Amino acid sequence: MNKIFKAEILKNQALTEDVYCLSINVPFNIEAKPGQFFIIKINERFDPLLGRPFSIFDLEDKTLKFLYRVKGKGTSVLSKLREGQNLQITGPFGKWYPFPKDDYIVIAGGIGIASVFYLMKKFPKRAYLFYGARHRREIFYYKELEEVAKEVFISTECGTLDYKGVITELFRRKGLHLNLPIYSCGPMIMIRELKKLLKNKDVPCYVATEERMACGVGACLGCVIETKEGFKRVCTEGPVFEIGDLIL
Amino acid sequence: MKPLLEVKIGELTLKNPVLTASGTFGYGLEYSQFFDISKLGGIVVKGLSLKPKEGNPPPRIYETPCGMINSIGLQNIGFDAFVKEKLPFLKKFDTKIIANFFGENLEEYEEIAQKLDATDGIHALEMNVSCPNKTSEWRKMGLQPELLKESVRKVRSKVKKTLIVKLSPQVTDIAYMAKICEEEGADAISLINTIPAMVIDVKTRKSLIGTLTGGLSGPAIRPIALRMVWEVAKAVKIPVIGIGGIVNGRDALEFFIAGAKAVAVGTANFINPLSSIEIIEEIEKFLIEEKIENINDLIGSLIE
Repeated sequence: MNKIFKAEILKNQALTEDVYCLSINVPFNIEAKPGQFFIIKINERFDPLLGRPFSIFDLEDKTLKFLYRVKGKGTSVLSKLREGQNLQITGPFGKWYPFPKDDYIVIAGGIGIASVFYLMKKFPKRAYLFYGARHRREIFYYKELEEVAKEVFISTECGTLDYKGVITELFRRKGLHLNLPIYSCGPMIMIRELKKLLKNKDVPCYVATEERMACGVGACLGCVIETKEGFKRVCTEGPVFEIGDLIL
Repeated sequence: MKPLLEVKIGELTLKNPVLTASGTFGYGLEYSQFFDISKLGGIVVKGLSLKPKEGNPPPRIYETPCGMINSIGLQNIGFDAFVKEKLPFLKKFDTKIIANFFGENLEEYEEIAQKLDATDGIHALEMNVSCPNKTSEWRKMGLQPELLKESVRKVRSKVKKTLIVKLSPQVTDIAYMAKICEEEGADAISLINTIPAMVIDVKTRKSLIGTLTGGLSGPAIRPIALRMVWEVAKAVKIPVIGIGGIVNGRDALEFFIAGAKAVAVGTANFINPLSSIEIIEEIEKFLIEEKIENINDLIGSLIE
């Protein structure tokens, strides 16, 4: 399979002032699994120098979508690109989420939803989704999520939608007793809390992690995180890890 | 007619003058998913030590204008695992394998050099005397003329294969360091290693690199590398391998004109996995356009 290609931007839509959904047209049929990522070279110049890794938000036919928050120089430049421009893409890379065999739980915090939507789409109507954000404005694609999930639980920190509080607390109340495998992606504070909640539980919990990355193929050793077995590369040994293996 | 791209580095004949720099190309395998790595002049593999090394705590990399800072800390799988797990794969390719190596003290340098020298499938050795990251005195031998002299002499006496010494830019007079290596029997000099650098998060007031400082690479350092290669190439008779922010054929050509006999592509591999072979094609195209039949005619042709 061709792992380097040019793709045309179909849409680069602002969902809020700093969250965008980028759709690109892949010139051939691509096979990629939920949890994997692609590297987007933002422009042909050398500032920003490196491509940026983005997990697959959605893939249908030849349309590949990424959901991202503008955080630094790379995403800022990316957010200004428009339809018709071409991007150099490499990927897919990385370990994907192990396929769920039965019902499962998804826990997403903020922009972490970007990594789990495609999982629920591939394994539909089996996920109890727990999705938390700061504000209801930051709950993205609610309608689509309702379509792919079995049940949706939402929390916002300001309480403007459903439960007021953090998502791990809502999960503790409504999801912990289900004893189902968990798929999660979100900020470190959420992952830490989740690890605490699961301390005495015997269910697998897969976490998609994030780290600054250069090569994306395991060569530069730049993107390591600490695990029980020493440093592991997010790009090749991750980004999906078992929560128990991570030193948080 | 196709121009001749073959160059000689010591006893080593490269089919073309483009290598991939140590630490940026893994053990070759990582990039063989993108292209036929037999097309390369050679591969300088990730720095090896006798025992495996864990490397530095994250965060290890941060991007800066036209460059990046890294502090990997020479993480590697160690000599034994390299020979057992990686080398058999590399041997399948028709390219030259150059083993970059280092030690915690001079004895370790000598021991691993000797082992690599005796290992089939390794064509040349590159001695790292210049890691900029948190490190022992010996790993910084490239900064002190007396240490450098002693180390190159001792390692040289232990190895028969082509010995390349990779120099640090962190010295006042790099040509002087290169001459020491030449006098002590090095077959070639490669330069530059990364330049110690820093970046701070103003809100947390912490460095964005786990070990506080790291080594700067990428196009940002290229003009400095080029100047140093030019100074060294003038000072020594042994071949010079130019390294530092080369991202396209034109960049590589500058280094040849400045006197480099070969170049190594580093950070560019991260930007575009095909960089190294695109650079070979661009060099070839330039030679054809300029009616230069042999790359060696271009080397050191700077008009002063």
